[in-house]
Amino acid sequence: MTMTALLQFLQTWWVELVCAVVIVAVVPLIAGYVVLVERKLMADMQARLGPMRVGPHGLLQPIADAVKLLIKEDIIPRDSDAFIFWLAPVISMVAALTSMGAIYFGPSFRVADDINVGILFIIGVSSLGFLGIILGGWASNSHYSMIGAIRSTAQLVSYETAGGLAIISALLLSGSLQVRAIVDAQASHHMWFIFMAPIGFFMYLVASIAETNRAPFDLPEAESELVAGYMTEYSGFRWALYFLGEYANMIVVASVATTLFLGGWLRPFPNVQWLNWIDFLPALLIAAVGGYCIYRAGKQPVKVQVWFMWAVALGCFAVALIYVLPWIFAPLRFAIPGLNGAFWFLLKVAAYIYVFMWLRFTLPRYRFDQLMHLGWYILIPLAIVNVFSVGVAMLLESEFGWNRWLAMIITTAFTLAISVYLVHLHDKRAAAASSATAVTSDSYAG
Amino acid sequence: MDHNATHPNDTLLGADELVLNMGPQHPSTHGVLRVKLKLDGERVRGTECVIGYLHRGVEKIAENRTYQQFAPYVDRMDYVAAVSNGLGYCEAVEKLLNVEAPPRAKVIRTILTELQRIASHLVWLGTHALDIGALTPLFYCFREREEILKIFEKYCGARLTTHAFRIGGLQYEAYDGFEKDVERFCKDFERHIQEYVDLLSGNSIWIGRTRNIGVLSAADCIALGATGPILRASGVKWDLRKAQPYAAYDRYQFEIPTGTNGDTYDRYMVRMEEMRQSRLICLQAIENIPEGPIFGKVGKVIKPAPGEIYHSIEAPKGILGYYIVSDGTPQPYRVRIRPPSFINLQALDKMIRGHLVADVVAVIGTLDIVLGEVDR
Repeated sequence: MTMTALLQFLQTWWVELVCAVVIVAVVPLIAGYVVLVERKLMADMQARLGPMRVGPHGLLQPIADAVKLLIKEDIIPRDSDAFIFWLAPVISMVAALTSMGAIYFGPSFRVADDINVGILFIIGVSSLGFLGIILGGWASNSHYSMIGAIRSTAQLVSYETAGGLAIISALLLSGSLQVRAIVDAQASHHMWFIFMAPIGFFMYLVASIAETNRAPFDLPEAESELVAGYMTEYSGFRWALYFLGEYANMIVVASVATTLFLGGWLRPFPNVQWLNWIDFLPALLIAAVGGYCIYRAGKQPVKVQVWFMWAVALGCFAVALIYVLPWIFAPLRFAIPGLNGAFWFLLKVAAYIYVFMWLRFTLPRYRFDQLMHLGWYILIPLAIVNVFSVGVAMLLESEFGWNRWLAMIITTAFTLAISVYLVHLHDKRAAAASSATAVTSDSYAG
Repeated sequence: MDHNATHPNDTLLGADELVLNMGPQHPSTHGVLRVKLKLDGERVRGTECVIGYLHRGVEKIAENRTYQQFAPYVDRMDYVAAVSNGLGYCEAVEKLLNVEAPPRAKVIRTILTELQRIASHLVWLGTHALDIGALTPLFYCFREREEILKIFEKYCGARLTTHAFRIGGLQYEAYDGFEKDVERFCKDFERHIQEYVDLLSGNSIWIGRTRNIGVLSAADCIALGATGPILRASGVKWDLRKAQPYAAYDRYQFEIPTGTNGDTYDRYMVRMEEMRQSRLICLQAIENIPEGPIFGKVGKVIKPAPGEIYHSIEAPKGILGYYIVSDGTPQPYRVRIRPPSFINLQALDKMIRGHLVADVVAVIGTLDIVLGEVDR
């Protein structure tokens, strides 16, 4: 009886269960490898090699780091609030992982099916992660942590508002909060929303960088000012939880941006029949990576690295084979949309995260007041104008029968003009403020 | 806003004030500087510098060493510009002995010192940009600095604390291909300096973080004794290489860059231009290095006649002065060093009152201090 009930339960929920286990078990690993990729990319842009010691080309570095952090001494500062100190990183991590539950990594890979407020759920739950930062900064009983926590609170309030308003443009266009419906709307519009609401996308990009505490908005953990901000007193595995939470959050915001603006799991040109050969691209690209690995294997200086390159190449070919099999065996055809969708989704997420990293390596850090000015004087007004513009464009199309593109271009131009004006106003205000505060006191010599 | 708040210790701590201890263990205090900040929110109301964590008693050591024995010690003061320290010391003792280094030695000294100025400014630029949050310039700067250090290593075997010069001239002849190495570096450096300009100069975040931050007027600089790029960024055209030429500087054409506002951005621009000018000096110098001896008429034992001397040079960070008193023995009676970093650091409080916590690291960076020299 119980056995059949269990079987029935598994039959109904196996997709969700597998995805949940994958999220909890694999996302930390993926986050670790995102860190490695970031370090490698940064090294490449900075004319150096990056991690090279642990495994071939440092490929086992994340695992070594995780082991190191696990076996470190667990330090709780004296006079800290021990319970909250323990709880805070857990909240950060749990919030990031939970919000992944509502994300569709392809049309059939998801945990929670059809949450009718899916996007709202993701944004709401991932924002809870800030609670972990604030509580951790408070509980550490350290000035640096405290200032980091205060900065992070102010940043959350300003940029969640801007980010939320930026999202509305895509929600207006799709008319739904449901993740699947938003992607379907982009399919039926024959157009990703990034092209219909480019300013909305750009503002979400800026706001999501601030939400995930990434440079140039990484003030809560600005290492040159606040040592490590709210993480200053954390070490060992608690610190690792914060760190993983941060990178998992990056994956979440990248997934949201992909879903809302970059067409989710849709391939480029989803409805153009003569471009259907794009469906073969995933298998070809993965096989090409494998081929490149074999080509590089001959150039490796050490035997272990040669073997490793071959192993990676064979892994790529195995994945490519999985992508090819459904085309060969008709009974497996049902898997094609899911597999291809997952490929395109992850590719877009990776591209979005790459932009994050690229900005981090290039730009200096904003100062706190500049960050607040940017948020309140430019982003939030502009987001409101953008919502208005998108609404007007939709009205013009539906009520007055305008050409959609004409309406979109005119309203986007209007929003751009407003943004130029806002930046100009901001510059003027900044110039006035700096001339007012410039210290012009007398010299010491009498 | 009261910019002229009193010293942090003078007032009782209000409920809305926070004392933040920055350093000596902190990522961006450039060594072991400790700054106590009195904060109102994030605004700095007052500061107090605590120095001396790296005090080694360099001046006292001098009294127990012969003149030659003390020469390597000066390298350990400003350890990112060891060659400049050595030049100042050697010239001071030469002045005390009333001898001069031969022309060939002087030119080679000038080349190495100007390369050292570029290297020192590169360390400053990289760490300053890193403090403000730009990660990448640091590695580009160190890549070029590496080329300079390679030249030093080929010349005298050491990279950091070089002890490149001797009292009376040079110990080592310039190695084969020295001119070529310097020329190759100078050729490449023009392209590389454009990379830093591309990354920083026009970047609106960089400008926002440095414009009108840590303003020092010319009168402030003179009153506080600040020298070097800090003084020049305030508009005072004072460079000892022109004002009181030493080594072989009177032979070469170069400009003294100056700023107008005396803010962090101006200091950045002045130092960038100084690197370009140093490059031009090196290019002029390698064109015509005089032939001849490299060591002047100085004996094995240096015993200056009783007396005193003050000699100062334009080190990368400002005016570096040596005051040496001789009592006629082989050991100096007293050596007093005027370290530019120590005196420039005194401007810190004036520069950051009323600014934000984030500006503290920008101002410490723009002062270009080396704690080995501050504490000696």
